[in-house]
Amino acid sequence: MEQALHQKPIRRDSPALHAIGRVIIYAVLIALALFTLIPFIWMVSSSLKLDREVFAYPMRWIPETFHWENYVLIWQRVPLLTYFKNTAFVAIVVTLLQTLTSSFAAYAFAKLEFRGRDVLFLAYIATIAVPWQAYMLPQFIMMRSIGLYDTLWAMVVLQAFSAFGVFLMRQFYRGIPTELCEAARLDGLSEYGIWARIMLPLSKAAIATLVIFTFVNTWNDYMGPMIYLTRDINKTVQVGLRRFIQENSSDYHLIMAASLCSLLPVSIVFLCLQKYFIEGIATSGLKG
Amino acid sequence: MTARPKQIRPHMKRMERKKTLIAYSFLAPNFLGFAIFTLVPVVFAIALSFFEWNGGDMSKMRFVGFDNYATIFSFSKIGEKGLAYLFNRVDLGIALKNTVYYTAVTVPLTIVCALALAMLLNKIKGAVAFRTIFFFPYVASMVAICVCWSFMLMKDGPVNQIIMAFGGTFNKSWTADSNMAIWSIILVSVWRNMGYYMVIYLAALQGVPRELLEAATVDGAGKWKQFIHVTLPQLRPTTFFVSIMMIISCFKIYDVVAIMTDGGPGRATKMLVTYIYDEAFIKVRYGQASAISMVLLVIVLAITIIQFRSEKQFSAD
Repeated sequence: MEQALHQKPIRRDSPALHAIGRVIIYAVLIALALFTLIPFIWMVSSSLKLDREVFAYPMRWIPETFHWENYVLIWQRVPLLTYFKNTAFVAIVVTLLQTLTSSFAAYAFAKLEFRGRDVLFLAYIATIAVPWQAYMLPQFIMMRSIGLYDTLWAMVVLQAFSAFGVFLMRQFYRGIPTELCEAARLDGLSEYGIWARIMLPLSKAAIATLVIFTFVNTWNDYMGPMIYLTRDINKTVQVGLRRFIQENSSDYHLIMAASLCSLLPVSIVFLCLQKYFIEGIATSGLKG
Repeated sequence: MTARPKQIRPHMKRMERKKTLIAYSFLAPNFLGFAIFTLVPVVFAIALSFFEWNGGDMSKMRFVGFDNYATIFSFSKIGEKGLAYLFNRVDLGIALKNTVYYTAVTVPLTIVCALALAMLLNKIKGAVAFRTIFFFPYVASMVAICVCWSFMLMKDGPVNQIIMAFGGTFNKSWTADSNMAIWSIILVSVWRNMGYYMVIYLAALQGVPRELLEAATVDGAGKWKQFIHVTLPQLRPTTFFVSIMMIISCFKIYDVVAIMTDGGPGRATKMLVTYIYDEAFIKVRYGQASAISMVLLVIVLAITIIQFRSEKQFSAD
């Protein structure tokens, strides 16, 4: 009885008012969702038009006739396949190296005791705060002097050893009880065994977050490839697409079709793994 | 240590050394890459800002002290014509002014949008579907979305057509107009990032104690008052954290500008990083580019230090 008394004043809205409120919220949300998606809708629509139709007045959201041939044309006009292969190579190698080396290092930082641990970790943390744009030039000079200019390996080493990954994994490992490691040690498992058999399986969520972050960032990276990659056979999707745009700036329909293709792989990865992506941001709040 | 029996000590020492070696073996793969490709360049960057070097091999480097800084700030002219000269004429001043303007508009706008979205999505059915949609621009690749937006903002593009339908008269390409160009960049930035910060706010909203909200309702507070007096103060640490993160990333803006306006028209959207890029890779003036990099570094580090200090305060509260 007392509980009922307490709860009564909380819901002041009548059910009807409540329902109307809900309807309004959903209407606003749908409007906002449309606003968010408009560029993508316009992209799809333009990619199926003729170039002169793209900016016709009044505009039509649905093309008069669907020009599917645009999607055949771009593969002949742009070496998209090469770009895709290059980007996939960089993204996969970076993701593998990054995940492996940082979970390895993070284990040492989180669960092992050794001299210089705190100082080393501080060096890692401090460089997270240093913007890459502030040291991209000396990095470029160094890479060029060791012959990595205009190679995909430059893109790999540029991104494979970021401090961010170590930090993310270490935070996660610290949450795993140390007793677990100690028990395993008593059972005669080596440190490498503990890492492989206990830490790695327990950190699937953190690894998923790191993998998807790294993959998406590498795939979408623009400035790095812009600085390093000059020959067409080495270009990634982003800079390759950019080159195509600059050289064919009035082929609006083809640009939109190529743009849409460049979005696809990363969109698929995101839609499949979005749970990890969103949880990762929510818990770490860190920007890749 | 001294309390331990003597005969165990060598054994302990050996164990200790072995433990340290194992730890280093875990660290080595990442640390080597990190040291070579991040740590060394950071130190090199600071040094480079005191040298004159226009490409070529390293023997052409010449130590010039603070000359690069004097050049980018154009100290001699400022002495003559006052500080206004820096922000109206000098590249660095203009880049700073544009970057600060862009940051000052983008950060509050994004926060308002992100928070509004999070409040709308908090505790409703179907939130996951909407969340996916709002978040999507963040993972979509920059070149594709930037070129799409710049088409949409063209003279005869859909945005101007919609403006005309509502009786507006704007009839130019946004990215080619010196007043609107920066707004087109702000628009794309807000549109792209609001979903990302919405996710952070959504997580933070889960931490607002239900009892507090209920107490406010019992006291007769409506939804709006609840939001102002309970939710907003509870979200303060999040808002602070989000602002800092966003300010830093705004100061590093490059992609959107490079793709949509290339710093133009004129110098209307020249930003700090586009300035660094031009000096380093187009004009090949390594020393000056490094000096500008140091300006960026100092700004970002100052913001980070403010964050560190305040976070201590938050946890002390």
